[in-house]
Amino acid sequence: MSKTNMTRRGVLKTGTLAGAGLAVPTIFTASSAAAFTNEPTGSSVTLGFNVPQTGPYADEGADELRAYELAVEHLNGGGDGGMLSTFSSKALDGTGILGKKVEYVTGDTQTKPDAARASARSMIEKDGAVMITGGSSSGVAVAVQALCQEAGIIFMAGLTHSNDTTGKDKKANGFRHFFNSYMSGAALAPILADRYGKDRKAYHLTADYNWGYTTEEAVRTSTEAMGWETVAAVKTPLAQTDFSSYVAPVLNSGADVLVLNHYGGNMVNSLTSAVQFGLRAAEANGKNFEIVVPLYSRLMAKGAGKNVAGIFGSTNWHWSLENVGGAKYAGTNAFVQSFGQKYGFPPSQAAHTTYCQTLLYADAVQRAGSFNPCAVAEALEGFEFDGLGNGKTLYRAEDHQCFKDVLVVKGKENPENEFDLLEIVDITPAEQVSYDASIFGGDLGSCNAGA
Amino acid sequence: MDQIILQILNGLDKGSAYALIALGLTLIFGTLGVVNFAHGALFMLGAFCTVTLSRILGLSRTVIDETRTDFLGKPLKVEVPYVYDWFGENLGATIIDWNVPLSILFAIPIMIAIGVIMERGLIKHFYNRPHADQILVTFGLAIVLQEVIKYYFGANQIPAPAPEAFVGSFDFGAAVGFEAGAIIYPYWRIVYFCFAMILIAAVFAFLQFTTFGMVVRAGMADRETVGLLGINIDRRFTIMFGIAAAVAGLAGVMYTPINSPNYHMGMDFLVISFVVVVVGGMGSLPGAVLAGFVLGILESFASMRQVIELLPGINQVVIYLAAIIILLTRPRGLMGRKGVMED
Repeated sequence: MSKTNMTRRGVLKTGTLAGAGLAVPTIFTASSAAAFTNEPTGSSVTLGFNVPQTGPYADEGADELRAYELAVEHLNGGGDGGMLSTFSSKALDGTGILGKKVEYVTGDTQTKPDAARASARSMIEKDGAVMITGGSSSGVAVAVQALCQEAGIIFMAGLTHSNDTTGKDKKANGFRHFFNSYMSGAALAPILADRYGKDRKAYHLTADYNWGYTTEEAVRTSTEAMGWETVAAVKTPLAQTDFSSYVAPVLNSGADVLVLNHYGGNMVNSLTSAVQFGLRAAEANGKNFEIVVPLYSRLMAKGAGKNVAGIFGSTNWHWSLENVGGAKYAGTNAFVQSFGQKYGFPPSQAAHTTYCQTLLYADAVQRAGSFNPCAVAEALEGFEFDGLGNGKTLYRAEDHQCFKDVLVVKGKENPENEFDLLEIVDITPAEQVSYDASIFGGDLGSCNAGA
Repeated sequence: MDQIILQILNGLDKGSAYALIALGLTLIFGTLGVVNFAHGALFMLGAFCTVTLSRILGLSRTVIDETRTDFLGKPLKVEVPYVYDWFGENLGATIIDWNVPLSILFAIPIMIAIGVIMERGLIKHFYNRPHADQILVTFGLAIVLQEVIKYYFGANQIPAPAPEAFVGSFDFGAAVGFEAGAIIYPYWRIVYFCFAMILIAAVFAFLQFTTFGMVVRAGMADRETVGLLGINIDRRFTIMFGIAAAVAGLAGVMYTPINSPNYHMGMDFLVISFVVVVVGGMGSLPGAVLAGFVLGILESFASMRQVIELLPGINQVVIYLAAIIILLTRPRGLMGRKGVMED
């Protein structure tokens, strides 16, 4: 039998020492010196670029990363300055942010919310990133945004189109430059009614997840308001690759328009199936059968090849915008020039939105005179700017959503080269796609500076 | 009625792909006793043979066209494929247009080589290991292969359209006496189904009517005895692995116009193909083919709007549900034989 030599004094002593020991890390890491999480103290500041580097959106992630690298180069005074020269705010002068050289770390979201949170957390905790940005999915954006809110870090969303990001899941530390499902619906409906008439019957195929639902709802609501009827809406599994069994019954359903609420590989496959089943050439109800893709991206259009010809959709931005829309969209050509020179091809809309987000963050810090997330958030809220390629834009204070013109595009019938896949059909003014901040619910809460 | 025929047709082409992959899988299982999780990757590699050939055919020289400009406002660089130079513009364009069927010739030797290298280089070391080890190593191999493809070809899908002559669809309804336009079916899917039938028939004929096939079948039944007769059964099994790889590869080649290939397409088919093999009966070739078509058609029916409205979510589980019912009523699968994987 073992014997223990425990005395009251001994226990107290050990307890005190252990308590002090446990407290040490918190004393050193917590706020005694810093006013907020990851306050930059040296001559440089670190930004965290959290993009899909593997998985189905890796190509989009690669394009985002190119844009981030370009933005960092421009912020540090390198290259031709890109959109810094056209940006209406002149706070940035090419000497970094608040005189600190901009550095960056990257993480891989894998387009999985848990992986994205893990990589964001690692960049915040290990690398001392003062801002997290990027992503190519709404699921990821909502998850990382919530993490940044808890950590006291600003989150500048990348490509995320669900209403929820700045709707029911909005957070005081999160900001989105990209447009959303509601805006797509509002921009598309009038054009569709104009081109295809008001007496149309629509059949929706919808990706079975959050973004699909909000997109279907947005397009349904706005097209029904124009007089269209929705014949059916069928949810398709996200992992589906062959859509033939979903597409085949469409022609006999009484519908004369097919709306594909799909993105990425889903969209490429469902559109390919729809075209193979002759929907583009078919007639229904005495009219030409039409297909609509609410959210277009050039990278997706490339995957679908010739099948996109003549099909309408919406985008946040397109590299030909300034050539088509004129000087109102200044910044587009400067960015395309700068990106094209460096990489040899025009930037995608994912690249554009992430480049803008980096500049907008840097500018807000510069104007606020501090990296404190609450000061930065205040500088971004209600900020009106121009010269970043989308015309006049407002970062609305109520939901941290940008309001700007939305592009309605159509797949080109005869593309001249591999980048020339979409043509801009119409530019819907920001006023037409604006909505009341309260309609999607949610609560911003209050800004968290962490530390 | 027309909807039912339409979904049966739909199930046939999906079933063709399942059947072709499952046929290879069960062939490998029956001969080598290996559970090959890299088989989906072979399907994907086949599809990328098409992409590779289209890249090769698309190799071109650059001509500067001063009259047009690119996105940066510089004179446009026009790419002129070398095949245009060699065969003239018309024939060159036709060759590029017929890229997918041409890829069959391109893919056969490549896929057989990949299969043989895979078997000799890696899988033969796992013959006498437990199935769990085989699954781990082949699954790992599948991941490596798809990452390699992603590295070279990117993560996005790459379109590989069917020849112009097969674009469009056939009005099946009008042909069999229904209302015109009631049953429309794309030409290429008909081609795919016929191609699959020919390939399946060829594999069966090869096994049934050649001496090589007879030895392989004997080896499948009793490997030891065939070995004792002085026949080098291992070499024949290696060749069978190559053939199975080629069957999966050709299924992938011809599938590219149906779905633009991407690096992940093999994984999408793999799990279902395993279910197909198990439902068909482990090691049974006709079982794999039958189960491929049955499950393909079931999946198509379950995707009908009327069915989903009645049973939400059925489209995602129907295959597994069917597998459970079949295995409960026929534990060896539809055409499974006694003694296979039961020791």
